[in-house]
Amino acid sequence: MLKIKNLETSYGKLKVLRRISMHVSPGEIVTIIGANGAGKTTLLNTISGLVPAASGEIQFSKENIFNLSTEKIVFMGCSLVPEGRQVFAAMSVKENLLLGGYVLHKRKQKKILDQEMEKVFELFPILKEREKQFAGTLSGGEQQMLAIGRSLMAKPKMIMMDEPSMGLAPLIVKDIFRVVRGLRDAGNTVLLVEQNAKAALGIADRGYVLETGRIIVQGPSEDLLANKDVQRAYLGREVE
Amino acid sequence: MNIELFSQYLVAGLTYGIIYSIVAIGFNIIYNTTGIINFAQGEFVMIGGMTAVTLYNFMPMPLAIAAAVIITMIIGALIEIVFIRWLVSPSVLRMIIITIGISIITREIALHVWDEKVRALPYFTGTAVTSISIGGVHISPQVIWVVGICTLVVLVLNFFFSYTLLGKQMRACSSNRNAARLCGISAKNMVTLSFVLSAGIGALAGCIVSPITYVQYDSGTGLAIKGFTVAVLGGLGNSMAAVAAGIILGVLESFSIWIMPTAFKDAISISILLLILFVRPGGIFGNKEALSLKEF
Ligand SMILES: Nc1ncnc2c1ncn2[C@@H]1O[C@H](COP(=O)(O)OP(=O)(O)OP(=O)(O)O)[C@@H](O)[C@H]1O
Ligand SMILES: [Mg+2]
Repeated sequence: MLKIKNLETSYGKLKVLRRISMHVSPGEIVTIIGANGAGKTTLLNTISGLVPAASGEIQFSKENIFNLSTEKIVFMGCSLVPEGRQVFAAMSVKENLLLGGYVLHKRKQKKILDQEMEKVFELFPILKEREKQFAGTLSGGEQQMLAIGRSLMAKPKMIMMDEPSMGLAPLIVKDIFRVVRGLRDAGNTVLLVEQNAKAALGIADRGYVLETGRIIVQGPSEDLLANKDVQRAYLGREVE
Repeated sequence: MNIELFSQYLVAGLTYGIIYSIVAIGFNIIYNTTGIINFAQGEFVMIGGMTAVTLYNFMPMPLAIAAAVIITMIIGALIEIVFIRWLVSPSVLRMIIITIGISIITREIALHVWDEKVRALPYFTGTAVTSISIGGVHISPQVIWVVGICTLVVLVLNFFFSYTLLGKQMRACSSNRNAARLCGISAKNMVTLSFVLSAGIGALAGCIVSPITYVQYDSGTGLAIKGFTVAVLGGLGNSMAAVAAGIILGVLESFSIWIMPTAFKDAISISILLLILFVRPGGIFGNKEALSLKEF
């Protein structure tokens, strides 16, 4: 589904990603964990084309998407739920979802758009209740649900999520992770960036650990959960 | 001052005010999608008026106005594509210099195309001395045209931004550019579209006021200052507030003649502009909530 080779990204002189190589196969949940400033957001933004890459290769469903425009990448089926939700605050919940489905609208798939809207409302019934409310007036958890729903509206082949648990109460986090898992069970592919390593590895098939722009460890989630370095650095567990 | 004179002043103030509002809305549309103040906004008004006057020699007036609006829209699109589109996250200062540059160049070109003669379209109905009496107040039919068309423009714009997908796409871009791009919306096209819309609205304003205010190669500047004052007064980016602010400025100006020499009329908007910038840069209607929930 997604294949990255030796990807490098810089902000001016500051090199943020160094020779990143990774892949995501269809039907997987893959997680990228790492501390603040490790470059997780930069990686997702580079894949989405929001930040230009310096060098390397990015392939999405067998096509080269290296430095394509964000709009094109989204149309190819690669969606991002951005860090910090970024809903359209002054627009209603319904309008947010409608805009998320812009891809389908452009393809004249009005029926599918309606179906997707129904699916999102099934996934997050609270959004149906808040349909007419301004997105800016939703609670943090509801905004996160809306942000995920908005991305799903494009019916993506792969959905990337940037710290969906950020700033949310544990109960809501659990809810959101259950939804992510549900998405995978329904055959979706998910690339999940998280600081909440334990929860992320709990639902993911595989994981990558990012430290100052490099991937230092990778493997199946169980291996990472059992890895002593990972435990010490990211799972807050003292190892004797 | 008797009630009749009072009403005359009020009507004159309303007429000018609503024109200022339309120019201000032009500023706001571009400001919302790009975050920049297009200092060439007044030139759109001038081009619209001048083109319509020229075309009127060859065709009936409604056609001349429609063509002038469309031509100005095309010019707006060209300006955006040539000067703005290729810039990668330019600084505000750079944008200010660029749009002022566009404004100066446009004026120079207009001077060469048209010369410095003052022109005007004829009154849409009747002549300069025709008047209709409404409740004892004598109103020029052109005033009715101005108020009517401007109101229509505001209503149509409101409908466009609230109910059409294209309007929603533009609002999404102003609300959060990157999030809009992540929905597959082309932010660059939305910026071009905002220039086209602003140019069209400005041109239409230029056509309908020209019988009253006349138009000349450099008459865009004055209107742009008034429009900018109104946009700031209402709170940048807030088009509904711009309508109220425009009417306030128009009426203030109109009544100022009563206490001050006419020559000071234009000084009012400059004073208000400076006052607002110093005291309430968010505009009179601006509050924190409006800023964070900003709309078209
Ligand atoms: N637009 C930018 N311009 C310059 N430097 C940036 C920019 N965005 C991020 N950086 C820097 O790049 C590094 C990686 O940032 P990034 O946001 O990718 O980290 P992150 O892993 O997502 O962190 P967090 O967990 O806090 O979200 C940081 O040192 C940051 O300061
Ligand atoms: Mg981040």
